[in-house]
Amino acid sequence: MSPSSFAGFGLGLRKPHYADFLGPRVAVDFIEVISENFMVDGGRPRQLLREMRARHPVALHGVSMSLGSAEGLDRGYLGRLRALVEEVEPLFVSDHLSWSRIGGFNAPDLLPLPYTREALSLVADNVMRAQDALGRTMLVENPSTYLAFERDEMTEWEFLDALCARTGCGLLLDVNNLFVCAANHRFDARLWLDNFPARHVRQIHLAGHSQGEGLLIDTHDRAVPPSVWGLYAYVLPRLGPVATMIERDDAIPPLHELLAELDTARSVAANAGTLAA
Amino acid sequence: MSLLALQRDFGAWLRDGDADAAAPGMRVYQNNYRAALVACLEDAFARTRAWIGEEAFSRAVVEHVCRVPPSGWTLDAYPRDFPDTLAFLYPGDPEVTELAGLELALGEAFVGPDAVPLMQAKARDIDWDRAILRFIPTLDLRPAITNAHAIWLALAEEKLPPPVEILAGAHALLVWRHDLTSRFRLIDAREEQALALARSGLSFANLCAAVVAVEGEAEGIALAGQWLGCWLADGLLTIETGG
Repeated sequence: MSPSSFAGFGLGLRKPHYADFLGPRVAVDFIEVISENFMVDGGRPRQLLREMRARHPVALHGVSMSLGSAEGLDRGYLGRLRALVEEVEPLFVSDHLSWSRIGGFNAPDLLPLPYTREALSLVADNVMRAQDALGRTMLVENPSTYLAFERDEMTEWEFLDALCARTGCGLLLDVNNLFVCAANHRFDARLWLDNFPARHVRQIHLAGHSQGEGLLIDTHDRAVPPSVWGLYAYVLPRLGPVATMIERDDAIPPLHELLAELDTARSVAANAGTLAA
Repeated sequence: MSLLALQRDFGAWLRDGDADAAAPGMRVYQNNYRAALVACLEDAFARTRAWIGEEAFSRAVVEHVCRVPPSGWTLDAYPRDFPDTLAFLYPGDPEVTELAGLELALGEAFVGPDAVPLMQAKARDIDWDRAILRFIPTLDLRPAITNAHAIWLALAEEKLPPPVEILAGAHALLVWRHDLTSRFRLIDAREEQALALARSGLSFANLCAAVVAVEGEAEGIALAGQWLGCWLADGLLTIETGG
């Protein structure tokens, strides 16, 4: 059971651009939506998603599955996501290598996991349960993190490699997250890319970040910086067909600016000699 | 330490930890946590925020974030307890809680289950003596003792809100979604009671009889007919049976 591939260039759909996407066809190969925004009973969000789906292939990207929760997954969440998956028939279903839920507490954030054998076993169990519940394989995204655990027993790339081997899941490589982590934890991002299991990557996120108090923060509030473009160009030759997208969540500019960034992604990919849509 | 214990400690620290004594990375997580909750409440209660003012709203949000940690996988669930916090903070200003409750109800109706409303044209074919009314699932009734609805309207239209008034007699706010738009209407206690009876499964004929028993025959039949017309026009009715 291996995730299917899709080669193309897309955008994360955000509210300021809804009207643009309902107008004349926007030049993207796919759009990605935040799953939870549409895991509602009905009304405008669901209707909007149906309209978008009629125009574009859609990827579902989640932020609340809590794949790393030591208490397992929320069945109600999985049921709602399954219903959305059946309606949308998405290109991909993804979420993060992180946790947010414990003991009745649910943080609206992507909290970090130690890279231990215990965590690997638990995340693998959760991914298997999620894939069983959804009836399809998932993509797991490398998160931005702001602290590292002394108890780590393996590198992040070893953790991801083992997770893919155990579950058959694919990877969503967030190049900006990698850059942020490399800066925050002082490791070589290219060494990470040389070692991570590139064959499992099906989707790429490109975004911007900002400088915090001694740390880079994954803010998604500005254009993709040259450093992230550089890593994107570096990794592309190692990847198979892949869906690349620009992810902007704050200070969202007019659509044409994001489309211009997407053109840059196309150029980088063309120069790297990789398969474009 | 097990992963379970680590996550419990981490969650407790996010809620109550002392940022000054923490590593920069921990402060980032705590800041993200609080900022997400604040943004959620600001988004859900824009009119309440405008009504009580920025400073008072910020104090209420801080109080709420401290008192009520988020428990649902969706942030859509987090605003649900905020009117209770406002009731605790503003016991002498019932319009504040009612305004927040109205905003909350409108937000919930916006994403509530879809339903096909009973069209007025089709209503003519129904045998109303046998019909049992079925209401759309987004219909919600909230108690109303103030003119919070008028304050909401003025704020929505960016007009000067009216002064607070305590309504004469018992009322309720009827909230629902028509097509894709959330709506509300102030109703009196008699219509509220009739709605409660109709929603409990009483046939329309028995509802008429119940209204007649209280209001007298002429007034009772006229009222029941008037309400039915309103409910149809508002799109509150969905599937009829027995008609």
